[in-house]
Amino acid sequence: MAAVRRGEEAMVPEAEFRSYYGQPIIKSPVWHEPHMPVYLYLGGLSGTASTMAAAARIAGNDRLALTARVTAALGAAAGAGFLVAELGRPERFLNMLRVFKPTSPMSMGSWLLAVHSGLTALAAASALGPVLPPSPVTAVLRAPAVASVLPAAGDAAVMATVLTGPLMSTYTAVLLADTAVPAWHEAHRELPFLFAGSALASAGAAGMLATPHAQAAPARAAAVLGAVVETVAGAVMERRLGLVGEPYRQGKAGRRMRLARALTVGGGLLAVVAGRSRVLTGLSGAALTAGALCTRFGLLEAGRASAADPKYTVVPQRRRLDAGRPASVPAGP
Amino acid sequence: MAERMGFFTDTSVCIGCKACEVACKEWNDVPDDGFVFRATSYDNTGALGADSWRHVAFIEQSRPIRREREQAGPEGGLDGLDVLGELGGPGAPGGSDGPGGPGGPGGPDGQEGVEGWLMSSDVCKHCTHAACLDVCPTGALFRTEFGTVVVQADVCNGCGYCVPACPYGVIDRRERDGRAFKCTMCYDRQLGGLEPACAKACPTDSIQFGPLDELRARAEERVERLRGEGRARARLYGADPDDGVGGDGAFFLLLDDPEVYGLPPDPVVTTRDLPAMWRWAAGAALSLAGAVAVSFATAGRGRGWRR
Repeated sequence: MAAVRRGEEAMVPEAEFRSYYGQPIIKSPVWHEPHMPVYLYLGGLSGTASTMAAAARIAGNDRLALTARVTAALGAAAGAGFLVAELGRPERFLNMLRVFKPTSPMSMGSWLLAVHSGLTALAAASALGPVLPPSPVTAVLRAPAVASVLPAAGDAAVMATVLTGPLMSTYTAVLLADTAVPAWHEAHRELPFLFAGSALASAGAAGMLATPHAQAAPARAAAVLGAVVETVAGAVMERRLGLVGEPYRQGKAGRRMRLARALTVGGGLLAVVAGRSRVLTGLSGAALTAGALCTRFGLLEAGRASAADPKYTVVPQRRRLDAGRPASVPAGP
Repeated sequence: MAERMGFFTDTSVCIGCKACEVACKEWNDVPDDGFVFRATSYDNTGALGADSWRHVAFIEQSRPIRREREQAGPEGGLDGLDVLGELGGPGAPGGSDGPGGPGGPGGPDGQEGVEGWLMSSDVCKHCTHAACLDVCPTGALFRTEFGTVVVQADVCNGCGYCVPACPYGVIDRRERDGRAFKCTMCYDRQLGGLEPACAKACPTDSIQFGPLDELRARAEERVERLRGEGRARARLYGADPDDGVGGDGAFFLLLDDPEVYGLPPDPVVTTRDLPAMWRWAAGAALSLAGAVAVSFATAGRGRGWRR
């Protein structure tokens, strides 16, 4: 018997629909935890940290620039590790660079990550060469032939990440939105700003935690600004999506999104009032980092919930048909 | 490129024998998909997936129908029933409708709930605009010379992106293997000049294989005939080249709304909106760069690192 079910929430009065035994229509994302959400966090962190490194270089804040360069390099490298581990066939990860495919956000993201991680590694190496304790690595970095070009190469790399960094922090929104998952696809306007704000808060938090207070003021400002953008973008998204946005408010995903918001707002407020207190600064940075991670876990869970209930697939499509506005695509090739 | 080939699945003559499921498994050596009792009519396959490339849906419908079929007009209650329903389903309540046919003149009061059978063999739609193919980052998914969409198993690295991209929920990752799998429309058989295994095995020609243009023309005739016989809810699904996926290479004749069969009523290829998505992401990226600049400008002027 074809199941007919009524939506549970009073705010969605017309969510009556038919389905095949209530079974999902689309497949849930197969991506695993923690790989996928942690990659989304690290990619965003690395992208914005490298942008901060470039700004710090221009402003002459060398201490913050060092923190940001190292954060960006570590974030990109660790993120790539999580990405490879997520693959069903990790030994074939280089197949990602087999084609350059503009219709695939994952292909674009792979190329972006490859370029960005190379640039951030070079930038970090040039900054760390002079300050690390002696080792075989620093011996190479301090060899006259290398040392003569490394600072300029590192600076050039950092400046190049002004292009790759912000895209690293926002392309993941396209990655999620370019699916049939209603909660992701329909959110394609707000998701990039959610990711951008979250990445800004993440990188600001890392800067606050690993830079002496006197040099960390721009990081604190970034953290606060990021927390505001992330919170506003998330609120706007849930409001605009209506029925399709339900998974962000309900169940496990709803709990994660609420926790993420509390951590982000709390961390942002703490960053404002922390002053010179190391404890408060540490708490603020930790809360913002946890909030950014929690956002990513919430997004994945919301995608799963959105795919698992046929309501979110059927109801909007049925409304479209009943309104006489069926979907279409521009004429094919 | 050779002529575009396709499937026309005429569910009005499907008898639910599952010969297509078996033939597909045998020919393509598709592993078992678990033996789960789903308690959903005669269907324990459940859905298409990495290990189910054909799936026969069973819908036992029980709905009040009107005796005055003529007065009710073509929209009358019989439209949910297929040919087998007229024999009285095995579970027809009390058999009251008897062999005379549910809702026929033999019905006692004409208001009984009547069992109707819908059966449909689902398969990959081989979309004109295929999201799985668009989003595949390795080029493992490709368009064949027959216009079908196939995964190259030796290229797929198991990124899983195609899985949530498909608007029909067809392709899936085989977790113990790590790669994505789906119907190939028997690419190997087609290369050898044979029809796909499911179509070959179908005893009622519910699954028809051939050049897509011919199939569409044949389907139009068939649906007109059924409507003429009073099956007002008969409709083609996926046959329109102007729909959200540019038309399906495998399309259907259905006797009820698509969602009743577990099909999306109005699917869209997600990449249709990709240019807009990139524009929003680019806007956010620019804003992010601006926000970093603002952070340094404001913080630099106040207390802080300059001193």
